[in-house]
Parts: sequence; C-alpha cells; structure tokens
Amino acid sequence: MNGLGIIKGMVETARNFVGSYHDAERLTTVQYPEQKLPPVENARTIPFLVFDGDDAMAGLRCTACVICEKECPPQCIYIVKDQVKKPDYVGKMQVQPKVFDIDISVCMSCGICVEVCPFDAIKMDQVFELSTGDRFGKLLLDKKQLAKPNDYFVKLHKTEATEIDVRREEDKRKAEAAAAAKAAAAKPPAAPGGAT
Amino acid sequence: MAGWFPTSVQPLVSALLAIACIMPLFGLCFALTTIVERKVLGRMQNRFGPNRVGPYGLLQPLADGVKMLTKEDIVPFSADKTLHFLAPLVLTVPVWLAFAVLPIGRNMSAIQLDAGILFFFAVGSASELAVFMAGWSSQNKYSLVGAMRAIAQMISYEVPLVLSVVPVLMLAGSLELNDIVAAQGTYTIGGLACWNVFTPWGFAGLMLFLIAATAESNRSPFDLPEGESEIIAGFLTEYSGFKYALFFLGEYLGLFAVTGLAVTLFLGGWHAPFQWLEWVPSWLWFAGKFGALIFLFIWVRATLPRLRLDQLLNYAWRFLVPLCLINLLVAAVWYWSGTWKSPVAVPVRWLVCAALIALPYHGLARILRGALPPPRKYSYAE
Repeated sequence: MNGLGIIKGMVETARNFVGSYHDAERLTTVQYPEQKLPPVENARTIPFLVFDGDDAMAGLRCTACVICEKECPPQCIYIVKDQVKKPDYVGKMQVQPKVFDIDISVCMSCGICVEVCPFDAIKMDQVFELSTGDRFGKLLLDKKQLAKPNDYFVKLHKTEATEIDVRREEDKRKAEAAAAAKAAAAKPPAAPGGAT
Repeated sequence: MAGWFPTSVQPLVSALLAIACIMPLFGLCFALTTIVERKVLGRMQNRFGPNRVGPYGLLQPLADGVKMLTKEDIVPFSADKTLHFLAPLVLTVPVWLAFAVLPIGRNMSAIQLDAGILFFFAVGSASELAVFMAGWSSQNKYSLVGAMRAIAQMISYEVPLVLSVVPVLMLAGSLELNDIVAAQGTYTIGGLACWNVFTPWGFAGLMLFLIAATAESNRSPFDLPEGESEIIAGFLTEYSGFKYALFFLGEYLGLFAVTGLAVTLFLGGWHAPFQWLEWVPSWLWFAGKFGALIFLFIWVRATLPRLRLDQLLNYAWRFLVPLCLINLLVAAVWYWSGTWKSPVAVPVRWLVCAALIALPYHGLARILRGALPPPRKYSYAE
C-alpha cells in the first residue's frame, strides 16, 4: 500500500527514540571527555621514537640514518647527526641523532617513516589530544618529547611489538654467539703458543 | 478591568495586553522547541543531543541565543543593503500577526475577525515575499537558487494548504475561528468529542493540511530551500548573527501558527476529547494538542530524507491538489448524508465517504508513481 514505507520508517525512528532510554544498543554515543573507547591496536596518529632500557637518550634505537627524513612526504622530520657514536643493542657502534624534531602540525600521519625505518626506531603513536594554545612552540616535538619506552610500544601495538622483540632477541643471541665464537677462535692460537 | 481605563483607550490597552501575552508565550515556545527538537532528533538517531549546558542541556537555547546575538553581522559588499536588512523583518512581523486570530483557549483569541482564516492565510503568504527578498538581495547564486526553490515550493503548497481547509469552512459555515471551534464542541452519546478529525473528510483533510504545512514551513522532508548538502543554506547563506536568528524565529513561528491552525480546524481547538474532562483548563488542552503535533513534525523530520525538486512539485500538483478537490466532494457527501440516522445508514455513510477518499488516494499514488522518470542508471558508478 502507498505510504506504508513512511509508516515503517516512522516506527523505526520511534523505536530508536524509546529504545534510547533503556537499550544501550540504541544509544551508541560515548560521552567523550568522561568516557573513552578502548584503544584499537591498529590506530595510529603521529610517530614516536622507541628506546630500550631506562635511559631514553642512551637507549634510543634511532641511528640518524635520515631515511625517514628523506621519505617523509610533507617533510616534517628534521635530523642532525651527532659526532659521538654509541653502541646499539648488538654492541655495534652507531651514529645517534643530535637533533630529531617532528613538526606534528605538518605531519599527515601516513606512517611512511615507520615503513622505511630499518631499525624499528620510529613507530606510530595513538595519542590524539594534541591541541595546544601555542601552535609554534608546542607542536614542534624534539627527541626528548618523542622518545617513549619499548614497553609503551608493546602496550599500543602488541602483535607488531612482540614480533620485533623476538627478532631483536634472536639478533642479540646470534651476535653474542658470534662474539663468543670469535673469542674462542681468537683463543686457540694463544693456547698452543702457551704450550710450546 | 474595563473600569480602570477610559473607554477611548480600552481597545489599545486590550491589544497591548494580548501582545504582552502572545509574544513571550510563543517566544518561549520557540526556545523550548529548539532544545526539544535537538534532543528528540538526537535520540532518534541513537545519540544524546545537547546535554552539556545546564541540567540535561536545558540552558542550550540561552547559549544559542547569546552566540547568535554576539556574532558579527556581515552584509555582503555587493548586496542590496536595504532589502537585505528588511527581509528578516518582513518575514517575522506578519507571522506574529497570524497569532492574533488563533483561539488558544476559551475566550482567548486576541481579535475576533469575521474572516479570521482569510486573515491568517493572507499574512502567512507574506513570508514568500521575504524569502525572495533575502535570496535576491544577497547577490549570491546559492541564495538565489534557494529563494527560487522556496517560491516554487511555497506557491505550490499554498494551494493544497488552503484547499484542505475549505471542507471545514463548508461544514462549520463560518470563516471565524471561534465559530469553527464551537462547531466541534459537541459530544456524542458515548462522551467522545465531535472533532473534525473523527470524520473521513476530516482525517484526510488533517493529513493533507499537515503535509502542506510541512512544506509551507520549509521543514524536512521539504527543506529544499535550505538543502545544506546542495546549496549551502539556500536563501540564508549570506545571513549571520541576529538576522539569521530572526529568520530562524520566523520559520519556527510560522510552524507554530500553522500547527495552531491545524489544532483549531481539525482537532477541536481547545475542547477536551471527552466531556468529563472539560474541567481541565482549555488552554492546557490546546497546548497538549499543539505539543503533540510539534512532536509529530520533529518525528517526521527525523525519519524522511529530502525530496528532489521535481518530486516535490509533482507531489503537490498531481497528488495533493486533486486529493484536496476530491476531499471537498467527500465533505459535500458527508454534509448531505447528515440526515441518515438509522443503524444501517450510519456505517454505510462512513464506508461511502471513506471509500470516496481512499480509492482516489490509491489511484493517484499509482499514477504519480507512473509519471515519475525511471530510476537513474549510473553507468560510471558500476
């Protein structure tokens, strides 16, 4: 019958109206500042720098290779290499960044820096309450503000972080084994010499 | 009261008293409707609606008002300054006048005009002029398109709006709104009121009237003049601050006026639905029916999507106008069969009148569906 569709639609809206008072399914809004949705693992906002251990600056995984700086489409990353090197997780000496700035007002959250990083040093964060009254000072984050511990990374992106941790553990073990083998290989010439 | 003032100033004092009642009453009603509308719309769309300002968000209209009044009043450089300034006033002032003839309670109409309903429609039509003034003077293509749409729509729907009222006037035999209310003031033996809506022609008339009234007050699903997804805000595009608020006020007051008229013409005005409820103050009954109809308008707004312009005009001229004319015939049949009082004749009278309106409704809807262009094929979207 003509006009039946309108009545059906109006019944549906009426059910929404009445249901919104007793049925949570029909009132799905979250009252944001007081209530928050649980974080989603794949959510990503701006990049941050991962560090290992307790000292943020000493444990920084970044080796200032500037691949991310070159790949960044809106050019929001600014890196200056330091002259002083520091050992990385397998004990190899690596360059470290003297300056690592990200202008988050320019960042477009594409995640390309994360994809190109060979050191798993830069990852996507989930913070979103970034508004500030000072758009020049507060939106330019330096490496101290960007550095977050690995535990934090594990908390955000569990699957990815665990995978990386396992791989790095493996690398570390191999490096140690190689070092031990090298040490063992370096020893035998000395032993026969001592014998003779 | 009459003795306090000399006879010469009494008409003036009584007019001022009526104004002092009507303006705050419907002004407050406007504030209340904006918050209720937003809350109800929200609930119908599975969300809360405004709930931050004051308890349950009840102070939201106040915040909206402060926001509107403190906004900068921008007039476009190339606009026709005089017309641009006058348009919101021309819209709002006649709408206030329409309330003068509405009986909102027992002996509660500001003036008793013999041609009250004529006066009502005469001042109600002035809003079309204001809308076109706004669209033309803004010197903006969206404003002009919106105004043209508004004119096409309002003139088309003025016809069914007035035609759907004619049966009521025929059967009441008067253009005076108080007489029309009095004609519905009798009760059947069961105690139920004899409102016009409880007859076949009255029910059809109310439906036709409500549809036309929705279009007249530019409300969804007939909100093409301000279709924000198509033409920004239509004729309101270049308005800001207080003038915008005035337009808003004018539109809502127009809605209140036609709603009040629907209550008066079809729902028995300020009469109670049952005789034993007549002790409740008459204005409370009016307010209750008024509120129910406003809720219905909000409900429809939450449900139906916007029409296209060709659908809108087809609907008016090919469906509503013929149905209104047929409804006149039904009212005539109802009038002439008023003497059928036997137990067999009464249901026959009902059936004949109901069929006389239901069959054309069905047929016209089929024709209308056939007249529409076939569904569009989007060859690139597949």
